[in-house]
Amino acid sequence: MRRSLLWKIEEAVMKGLMIGALVLVLGCLLLILGTVLWRGLPAVNLTMLIQAPQGGFYTGAEGGILNAILGSLYLAVGATLAAFLLGLPIALHLQVYAGRSRLVEAVRLSLDVLWGIPSIVYGAFGFSLMLFLGMRASLLGGIIALSLVELPIMCRAIEEVLKMVPFELTESAYTLGATRWEVAWKVVVRQGLPGITSAILLAFGRGIGDAASVLFTAGYTDNLPTSLLRPAASLPLAIFFQLGTPFPAVQQRAYASALVLTAIVLVISVLSRLASERLSRYVVK
Amino acid sequence: MLTVPDKPAPLPGILGPKSRTEWRRLQNRLGGRVMGGMAAGTALLVMVMVAALLARAWPILRCKPLGELLLGTSWHPLEGAFGFWPFIVGTLWVTALAMVIAVPLCTLCAIYLAEYARPRMQRAAKPLIDLLAGIPSVVYGLWGTLTVVPLIREHIGPWADRHLGHISLLSTAANPTGYGVLAGGIVLAVMVFPIIISVMEEVLRSVPDGLREATLALGVTRWIMVRKVVLRRALPGVIAAVVLGFSRAFGETMAVLMVVGNVPQAPRSIFDAAYPLTALIANNYGEMMSVPLYDAALMGAGLFLLLVVLGFNLLARLILRRAARRAM
Repeated sequence: MRRSLLWKIEEAVMKGLMIGALVLVLGCLLLILGTVLWRGLPAVNLTMLIQAPQGGFYTGAEGGILNAILGSLYLAVGATLAAFLLGLPIALHLQVYAGRSRLVEAVRLSLDVLWGIPSIVYGAFGFSLMLFLGMRASLLGGIIALSLVELPIMCRAIEEVLKMVPFELTESAYTLGATRWEVAWKVVVRQGLPGITSAILLAFGRGIGDAASVLFTAGYTDNLPTSLLRPAASLPLAIFFQLGTPFPAVQQRAYASALVLTAIVLVISVLSRLASERLSRYVVK
Repeated sequence: MLTVPDKPAPLPGILGPKSRTEWRRLQNRLGGRVMGGMAAGTALLVMVMVAALLARAWPILRCKPLGELLLGTSWHPLEGAFGFWPFIVGTLWVTALAMVIAVPLCTLCAIYLAEYARPRMQRAAKPLIDLLAGIPSVVYGLWGTLTVVPLIREHIGPWADRHLGHISLLSTAANPTGYGVLAGGIVLAVMVFPIIISVMEEVLRSVPDGLREATLALGVTRWIMVRKVVLRRALPGVIAAVVLGFSRAFGETMAVLMVVGNVPQAPRSIFDAAYPLTALIANNYGEMMSVPLYDAALMGAGLFLLLVVLGFNLLARLILRRAARRAM
């Protein structure tokens, strides 16, 4: 009798703690978004979105962050494209071609491990690669490093999607005499299209927010990005550098830049959800 | 007279039926080879990264003993002294504190989401946690400087001083600014919430329902069932989730860099400033090419990070894999 009472008390206490923990975790999310919104909204204005930095920008003079916005978009688009072109065949191979060989296990494991490697290490690796090739900090270098960061994210997300393709569908294609290649590209990819779209957007969202990998490789510049071989600015680094100055006016711009970056990431995340819902109308259930 | 052609008529198009099959076979085989090669390239990428960083760090590894590099406390690149110890200790402090904060909270959350929450609640919580994972680390850093650091400076620090000041671990005397290990730990903890929660939730879900039903049929409450059966069964996976969170926190750069104070010393109190390895690399890439051995030292730091994270990740993945095989 007493034991069951103790159990009930324990149950109530633990349940309270669990709900408390969940509220705390989700509260942190709200707090972060709230902080960015509250500090960023008063600071953001149109001129800073459509201008590159002018002279004396980092002491509070005129100018905007267009260089960083454009640079980030170029970096993330290029890296996402590269990661997609590498990631889709890899995921297809793992899912369609490969059975359960040792090589496949090794590839899966190394994708998992790559997923856990910190982006600063990708940055350092990209940097040593560039020194080896004799390249300077450039948009291209940034794209290469960033695509390595995105590759495991992309592969894993696409593979998750391809796993969901009903096996009756692929089996019937094989029965009709299709080769694995045809099954991969004509059946599995079409069926997985909504999920693949959202995987691309997910990788893009991660890529655009990553700072440590582009720090060495893409460098930073106040000019708009014009060439693959010139340095390019990026939003996360713009936030970092602006916040590091002692001038409140420049720090205000950091808040505004953070708002822009967060808004981009949120929009991408919503789009990715929409993509997987909307496009799934065209899929065999 | 009937003329019999000595050759069959040319097939329509370049690829007739026979050679079309041939072509499809070829396409299938070649395509498979190419895709397999790309996949194998991924497996090699890790090794290439280790090799490249090792090659860049070789000059310093060759002329300094490893013990002096890892355990030396003096960091004066201009005089050729490269001791990583303060940075390694800084990283460990910040990461350990983050795990102390994150692990209990995440375990509770994951148990709630996997065992208690209704499906609707689960469906609502998942995108929010994914959103938390998608926020750029520099935004976490901004949040840290705007919210966490002032909170520590104005409330937590003075409070700890008044009530717990005699404990040296909690002394704010050396650094009342708020930028320090505690701020770094809190920000990192929030950053690793999503990964620990999602891996742990998945692990808890993989525990067979039959075990739950059998336990509940004995008349125990749900929590007792979780504590005595589900958690025990899922223990390896839970540990793997923690290890994954740890290695993520270990390598996080920008957010930590912005709130941790960046003073190269071994911290003594959770309010002291620290200087993690990642921050060291990120802060000094600009001047590293102009000082001899400096770039080798920083790339060596990168190699150290890579190897530690690699080790932890392999460990966690192997545990998870074994757990998944057992659950089947």
